[in-house]
Amino acid sequence: MSEGTGISRRQFIKTSALAGGGLLLACHIPFGNRDAAAAGEASFAPNAFLRIGTDESVTVIVNKSEMGQGVYTSLPMLLAEELCCDWQKVRFQPSPVAPEYNHAQFGPIMVTGGSTSVRSEWERLSLAGAAAREMLIAAAAGRWKVGPSACRAENGVVLGPGGKQLSFGKLAASAAKLAVPREPRLKTGARKLLGKPLHRLDSPAKINGSAIFGIDVAVPGMLTAVIARPPVFGGRVKSFDASGALAVPGVKRVLAVDAGVAVVGDGFWPAMNGREKLQIIWEEPEESKISTSAMREEYARLSATPGLPARKDGDAPAVLSAAKKRFEAEYEVPYLAHAPMEPLNCFVDLKADSCLIRTGSQFQTVDRNAAARVAGLKPEQVTLETTFLGGGFGRRACTGSDFVIEAVQVAKAIKLPVKVIRTREDDMRAGYYRPMWYDRITACLDDKGLPLAWHHRIVGQSIIAGTPFESAMVKDGIDDTSVEGAANTPYAIPNLQVELHSPKNAVPVLWWRSVGHSHTAFVMECFLDELAHAAGIDPFQYRRRLLAKHPRTLKVLETAAKKAGWSKPLPRGHGRGIAVHESFGSFVAQVAEVSIDKKGQLKVLRVVCAIDCGRIVNPDTIKAQMESGITFGLSAALFGAITLKNGRVEQGNFHDYQLVRMQGMPKVEAYVIDSNEPPGGVGEPGVPPIAPAVANALFAATGARVRSLPITAEKISVALGKG
Amino acid sequence: MVVFHVNGKERRVDVTPDTPLLWVLREKLGLAGSKFGCGEGLCGACTVHVDGQPLRSCVTPVGDVRGKKVMTIEGIPENHPVKKAWLAQEVSQCGYCQPGQIMSAVALLKKKPKPTDADIDSAMSGNLCRCGTYGRIRRAIHAVGAGASTKGGKKP
Repeated sequence: MSEGTGISRRQFIKTSALAGGGLLLACHIPFGNRDAAAAGEASFAPNAFLRIGTDESVTVIVNKSEMGQGVYTSLPMLLAEELCCDWQKVRFQPSPVAPEYNHAQFGPIMVTGGSTSVRSEWERLSLAGAAAREMLIAAAAGRWKVGPSACRAENGVVLGPGGKQLSFGKLAASAAKLAVPREPRLKTGARKLLGKPLHRLDSPAKINGSAIFGIDVAVPGMLTAVIARPPVFGGRVKSFDASGALAVPGVKRVLAVDAGVAVVGDGFWPAMNGREKLQIIWEEPEESKISTSAMREEYARLSATPGLPARKDGDAPAVLSAAKKRFEAEYEVPYLAHAPMEPLNCFVDLKADSCLIRTGSQFQTVDRNAAARVAGLKPEQVTLETTFLGGGFGRRACTGSDFVIEAVQVAKAIKLPVKVIRTREDDMRAGYYRPMWYDRITACLDDKGLPLAWHHRIVGQSIIAGTPFESAMVKDGIDDTSVEGAANTPYAIPNLQVELHSPKNAVPVLWWRSVGHSHTAFVMECFLDELAHAAGIDPFQYRRRLLAKHPRTLKVLETAAKKAGWSKPLPRGHGRGIAVHESFGSFVAQVAEVSIDKKGQLKVLRVVCAIDCGRIVNPDTIKAQMESGITFGLSAALFGAITLKNGRVEQGNFHDYQLVRMQGMPKVEAYVIDSNEPPGGVGEPGVPPIAPAVANALFAATGARVRSLPITAEKISVALGKG
Repeated sequence: MVVFHVNGKERRVDVTPDTPLLWVLREKLGLAGSKFGCGEGLCGACTVHVDGQPLRSCVTPVGDVRGKKVMTIEGIPENHPVKKAWLAQEVSQCGYCQPGQIMSAVALLKKKPKPTDADIDSAMSGNLCRCGTYGRIRRAIHAVGAGASTKGGKKP
């Protein structure tokens, strides 16, 4: 915290909290530490996001969690562009949890999600950089006794008349004494950093093993705990015998917490050995002994009955009942685990009047408040330090703060610093999944073969119902995250009706990279493909006709098709599929090329992707996120399924919850559209189109229409047998 | 007491010999660069070298490496061509799996200085990456094979 600034965390939070109240600029740049004395004479801290040291260091304080998406580089780039500093001097520092670091659009919480980091911080960080630049210029102008307009900033130096120059570091102390400009002006002219493929600032630490993830946190005297968890959701400990566990060398304590029975040891291995020796009798509520096969039947039944309206244009049911020919299909996708490479974990050091948490969180304010509740402290007595996240994908923005609460409960009981680690099996079986979905669509075509009516019923759990966000995010019974991507489809369909059933059950569900779009894009883009083939129209041309009023969607569609060589002939057994989807303010189209061998083995060979995410910060990061979203979505399309039998999750590790590996990775080409539109997200929008692109390619190659994910060899063979 | 060498230094640890090497490195020797991902040798995040061979340290009892030479990510020099190629190709995303990926890649390149795609598939398919950096890993390995990284590498 004190690196390069001479300011302690305590001072920082104290002064930040003071400034969080009234002193906001019109553009809402929190001042943070404005007090030169508190900042130390050696530094310039014009707002909550920036410190400039006399050693010329420029530290950008980042209020977003780094989980692979590159925010420790893209957000500093936004500020540095306006500051006109030397990029080589820029370093990043994760922000503490404080009001000035709350999400710029989501209300009073610090959170990283919804692919919003760049788009929500663009203005605030640009202005923060511009304000600091003006102060540095004013400081230099004052020293030289010239007007500020006679000076300019460039590459970490203020340049004045007659070749005068002073570095930012030399100006830091005097700039710190100046008033913050109320309306800083953004620079005009060419961009120095934005739009350039700058290298990530966090890469060196990530390749030499020095990057600290939550699981790496260690302090002297720290113990390590693992928790034996109930076999079913909602299960509780009835009784347990700890004697076997306590006899294991290195096991220190065994105790019941809400999540199960915690075994605390002087390391992971003793705790694990202790856990194996536990004798536990669980209480399993009847309602938790559910199976996904029975749920699927229930969902199918529900899909045949009217749901709550999410979209109604024209009169789809009436048009359909009068139609000569109707097309009907059921689509389904399973529960999915986030399975970040770093299993969930949390370090807690709980004292009588304070609590230190170090973990990889995407949901800092919610987690901190939950910890305070459990610890019996005020939220401001809890310090949450965000480490690197070994993947997040939504799992570390948990509405129930499960992995934090269980660690605070253990810490409260043992009164020593402790780190709770989940094994891969714990991580995969203890809950929070992308919901299972069942969709039924009926459609008919007009005389040109285009969709005339589309009646779509969606069945699946709401991820928001029952959380503190329900009142804000569920309107008239419709959780928007259940229908996004379907209820707001850009396709021109005159009679469109979308209905929603939100059944409840014991399975904990959560946002999973791309949220509702992860299922709606599959359904929409595959069924539209079916209609195109039924109409005898090329699926790419079919989409073009229906997107005439959506130029950005159209542009990515055409770009992907062109770059993929859409109409070029392919060898026998190969096929191309296309899909396009808008999500999180960005537009993405993908063309997948697949092959199928004589044994029915599907291989994805190549994916061509085009994205329009508006104005860009770092084009290489955008490409990396497209590669990432495609791989993540492909794992789900080909392998991903969490199933339950008698309430028990049937998968546990990477042998039965498989991910794409090197040998199955297609060649990916990503193209970024040159755009002046407002910035969109990039972390999630690459995920939705890949599953439908692959399913559509499979159909093109074989005539097999697989309407259920994952696309297994068995489903392909069934589809071929029928088809 | 188990005695073995880690990154060129003799280390003595007082643990039961069945303790996986991974947890000895991470918790007893302060070498947290090797990661826990699955505990079953399925993901490769814990990959280290034992007498030059890549090994999954999460399923290797420390008793099995008595007297042997262990190399972890912390033992790979900063100017190693593989690390330089990783930076030049901007491979890392969340970064959690990368120490294991790099250890597998270093072992591959030692055995086959100019690996083919098939060599890369076979040597690297035991290392999972949830962020999807496989394409860049492949490029980085080929770049080392072609000697590109020694000339400063290519911009991604």
